[in-house]
Amino acid sequence: MAKAAVKKAASAQAVASVERRPALAGNDVSGPNVKITVLPPAERLSLRAPEASVASLSRALGLTLPQKPKTSASKNGRTALWLGPDEWFIFDEAGGDLLADCAKAKAMHSAVGVSHRNVAFAVSGPGGEATVSAGCPQDLSLDAFPVGASTRTVFGKSEILLYRPAAYTFRVECWRSFSDYVFTFLKDAARDAAV
Amino acid sequence: MLLIHCPYCEEERPELEFRNAGEAHIARPANIVAESDEDFEKFFFIRANTKGLVYERWRHVHGCARFFNAVRDSVSDKFIMTYKAGEPKPKKLPGAGK
Ligand SMILES: [Zn+2]
Repeated sequence: MAKAAVKKAASAQAVASVERRPALAGNDVSGPNVKITVLPPAERLSLRAPEASVASLSRALGLTLPQKPKTSASKNGRTALWLGPDEWFIFDEAGGDLLADCAKAKAMHSAVGVSHRNVAFAVSGPGGEATVSAGCPQDLSLDAFPVGASTRTVFGKSEILLYRPAAYTFRVECWRSFSDYVFTFLKDAARDAAV
Repeated sequence: MLLIHCPYCEEERPELEFRNAGEAHIARPANIVAESDEDFEKFFFIRANTKGLVYERWRHVHGCARFFNAVRDSVSDKFIMTYKAGEPKPKKLPGAGK
């Protein structure tokens, strides 16, 4: 009896101590013009829904899903990126439960939790744009890719999601298995951007 | 690098984000089981392979991920126009004059 209780307590403790650490955590790079930060874990959601469901889902999530190409919406630590006419990527950095919120919407939709699938980097500083442009073929000038812009695109040979929360900050999301490649590429590009 | 206008993203995007998906406007037979071998071969394997204007399916795979159609010159590789999937083959092409 006592043995079982001890065992139970020990396993509960083990569970409590499991801490989420993103791949490459702690490998931040700081240069004269650019800083690359491995961002902390976040809740992430891949959302597909027809136009008729957008209002209902927006209410459930507490932010208006953007419907214009390459735009985003952000509220209370939660950000929705437009990826396609019926597709959004949503991440929550405030610990909110995106799946539970979507479940409150009665309208038809498909919500898939992808929190652990991605790793995110922040590329910030005046050399940030040059750093991301080293691998991304899109025009990332402020005219073509303003603050709040978001897109799925490529970085070198890897697919990424790119979001610009501020003029001098980019958020780069990639699949976890690609994160080593993307991070190494960013690191090299940052060294060039510093010159 | 080619810039391709995506009708869903409503802007020109670099070709690296796209993938060609073969000839466009090939209708799948309503009752494929009843097709003769000859007709199935035509539907499944035979393509126009035109020298000049071609109508193709493309996918903005590393962008909005949508399929769409494009009119392209297979000699110069120049994109004449693009339009959303499901829209009819355009009767008038930009710059065609008549
Ligand atoms: Zn597109």
